[in-house]
Amino acid sequence: MARTMPAPKDNEKVVFERTKGLTDTAFTYCAGCMHGTVHRLIGESLEALQVTGSTVGVAPVGCSVTATNFFNCDMVQASHGRAAAVATGIKRVNPNNIVFSYQGDGDLAAIGTAESVHAAARGEHITVIFINNAIYGMTGGQMAPTTMPGQITQTSPYGRIIAQDGYPLRVVEMLSTLDGVAYAERVSVDTPKNIRAAKRAVRKAFEYQRDKRGYSIVEVLCTCPTNWGLNPLDSADWMRKNMFPYYPLGVYRDIKAEGFENIVDAAAAKLEDQKAAYAAQVEAELAREIAKEERKASMKADIAEAADSKGGA
Amino acid sequence: MSEVREPKRLMKGNEAVAEAAIRAGCRTYFGYPITPQNELAAYMSKRMPQVDGVFVQAESETSAINMVYGASAAGARVLTSSSSPGVALKAEGLSYLAGADLPSVIINIQRGGPGLGTIQPSQGDYFMSTKAPGHGDFKCLVYAPATVQEMADMVGDAFEKADQYRMPALILSDGLLGQMMEPVALPPIKDPADCPQHDWAMTGTKGERAPMEINSLQLYPEELEAANTERYARYDVVKANEQAAELYQTQDAEIIVVAYGASARTAKSAVDLARDAGIKAGMVRPLLVWPYPDDSINDLIEAGKVKGFLTVEMSMGQMVEDVRLVVNGRLPIDSYNRTGGLVPDPQAILAKMNEMQAQFAEGGV
Repeated sequence: MARTMPAPKDNEKVVFERTKGLTDTAFTYCAGCMHGTVHRLIGESLEALQVTGSTVGVAPVGCSVTATNFFNCDMVQASHGRAAAVATGIKRVNPNNIVFSYQGDGDLAAIGTAESVHAAARGEHITVIFINNAIYGMTGGQMAPTTMPGQITQTSPYGRIIAQDGYPLRVVEMLSTLDGVAYAERVSVDTPKNIRAAKRAVRKAFEYQRDKRGYSIVEVLCTCPTNWGLNPLDSADWMRKNMFPYYPLGVYRDIKAEGFENIVDAAAAKLEDQKAAYAAQVEAELAREIAKEERKASMKADIAEAADSKGGA
Repeated sequence: MSEVREPKRLMKGNEAVAEAAIRAGCRTYFGYPITPQNELAAYMSKRMPQVDGVFVQAESETSAINMVYGASAAGARVLTSSSSPGVALKAEGLSYLAGADLPSVIINIQRGGPGLGTIQPSQGDYFMSTKAPGHGDFKCLVYAPATVQEMADMVGDAFEKADQYRMPALILSDGLLGQMMEPVALPPIKDPADCPQHDWAMTGTKGERAPMEINSLQLYPEELEAANTERYARYDVVKANEQAAELYQTQDAEIIVVAYGASARTAKSAVDLARDAGIKAGMVRPLLVWPYPDDSINDLIEAGKVKGFLTVEMSMGQMVEDVRLVVNGRLPIDSYNRTGGLVPDPQAILAKMNEMQAQFAEGGV
C-alpha cells in the first residue's frame, strides 16, 4: 500500500518530508511498535550519507521479515538467524556496497548467535541494527534470549525463571569485547531525546562502515505493546523501569573515540598492550623467583653458619 | 568438447574440482572443515587470493551456505563444499536458495552415515540430494561424477546450468573420488567477466532503478502456489533437457547394471567380467541423478532385450527406488549394496549376475 503526499500548493512550503531512504509503502507494524521509528532513522541515515543507491539491506525472520518492503534500497531476505552470514556473502562479493542487517533479539541472540559473534569477530564491514524488545514478536510473544527475569511470556507463563532459563544476554557488551568491532552502542527510541541520540548512533554506525573502520552494531531497546499486553505509553514505562537498568544505554565500543582509525590499528595496539603486560608479568614472576632463591641461599648460609658455630663449641 | 586441453596432470579429486571451479569463473568460496573434503577448502584458501577471489572459512556449514546465499544474491558465481553431515546442515540454505531462485554449486564428498558414521566413502546421501535436500517443494540439479576427470568437467557445467535454470546444483561425489589421484585434463580458463551477469543481482540501485529484493517469502497462498508451479514447470524443462547417462555394452544386454559415481567403477569391471563369462551384461550409469535418466532405461526396456536390472550402490539401496519408478514392475530388479565405507567388489557383483542368469534360465524370478 503506497501513500503519496500531494504536491504543495502555491501558498504552502515543505518543511518536513518523509525520508527518501524509505519507500512510500505504509508500515504494517502494530500500533505503538517502534520498528517504524528505527526504520525511519535508518532511512534518514542512508539519505544523509547519500548511500541509498549503493546499499543492500538484509531482512531477518521476525516482525521485520517484511522490512524488504520499506527500505528504499536493494533488500535480501535471510533465513532465521543467518542475516550476518548473508550480509557477509553480499559484502565480500561487492565490498563497495553498504550492507546492513536489521535483526530482532531471537534472530540475532538465539538462533543466530554463532553468525552474529563470528561476523563481529571477523570484523566484517557491515552494520547491524539490533532490535531488543525482550520477546519474540512475530510468533506471538515467546521468551527471548533477552527476556527479563520474571517476565511473563507465552513460553515463560510463570515468568522467566533464572534457575531454569538462565540469564538474559547483554549483546553489545558481549560483542564489544571482540577486536573486529569498531562501534557498538545501545540506544532507545522512547523519547525525542533518545530518538535523537539513536539517530546519531545509527548514522555513526553507517559512517564507520563507509570509512572501512570495521563492524558496527547499534542495539535499540524497543517495546512490544502487542505481546507485552500493555498500551504503548505503559510499554515505554515498563521498558524504562525493567530494561534500562539491565541493559544500560551508552557507547560500548568506539575505536575512533579511543584514538584509532580502524579495527586493525586498535587490535594491534591492544595486542601490544597485552604483550607488554605479559612481559611485565613474566618479569615480576622471575624477580619473585630470584628473590625466593636468594632467600633460600641466605637461609642455608645461616643454618650452615649456626651449625659451624655449634660444632666449634 | 573440442577446445584444446592442457596436458594431463595427476590430481586428487578434491583439488581437481576446486581448480576446475576457479577455471569456470568461480571467485567466491565459503567452507568449513570436514573430512574427507578438506583438500578442497585448503586448495581454495591457497588459490582464491591468487586470483583476487573470496575465501571465507565460515563458523559452520549453516553459515557457509548462508554466505553462499548472500554472495549469489549479489550476483557471484559461488561455491561451497562439505561432506554428508555438513551437507545436512546446508539443507536450510538449499531450501532458501531454491525458494529465492538463486544459482550456486554445492559439492558433497560423501562419507558414511547415519550420525557420525565414518569418514570412509559412501553413497548414502542419494535420498537427501535427489528427494529432500531441504524443506518444501524444490529440486536441485545433482551431478554424479565417477572419475577425477568428471569431477573437473562437471563443476563447470553445474555452474552453467545453475545459472540457466536459477537453481542450486549439487555435485554428488564421495570420499573415494575426492581422495584418489587420477590424471586429469583441466578445463580451459574462463574469465569471470564472461560469466553471465545477472540483472536480478543485488548490487544497489545506484539511483538508476527501483529497489529490488531477493526473497522466498510468499504469504498469500495463491502467490506461493503460483511460484511453486512456475518452478516445477522449469523442473519439467530440466527433466526434458538435462537427463544424461553413460550406456556401456547395452546393445544386446540382458542384465543391465545401474550404478553411478564410485560404485559404477567396480560395476563396470563386473560387466567386463560377466562378458568374459558369456553373460550379456551392460551398464547404465547416470551422469546426473536428478533429473534421473528415465529415458535411457525406458528405451532399453522398450528395445525388448533386457531381462532384468541390477542396482549397485554404496548405500542400503536408495537409487534403486528411482529405477523401480521407471521400470514400474515391467522387469525384475535386484540389488547389490555395500555400506560402512566398503566398495562393491566386482566378483561379488558378478556372483549376483550369475544368480540372476540362473533365475532367468529357470524362467522365473
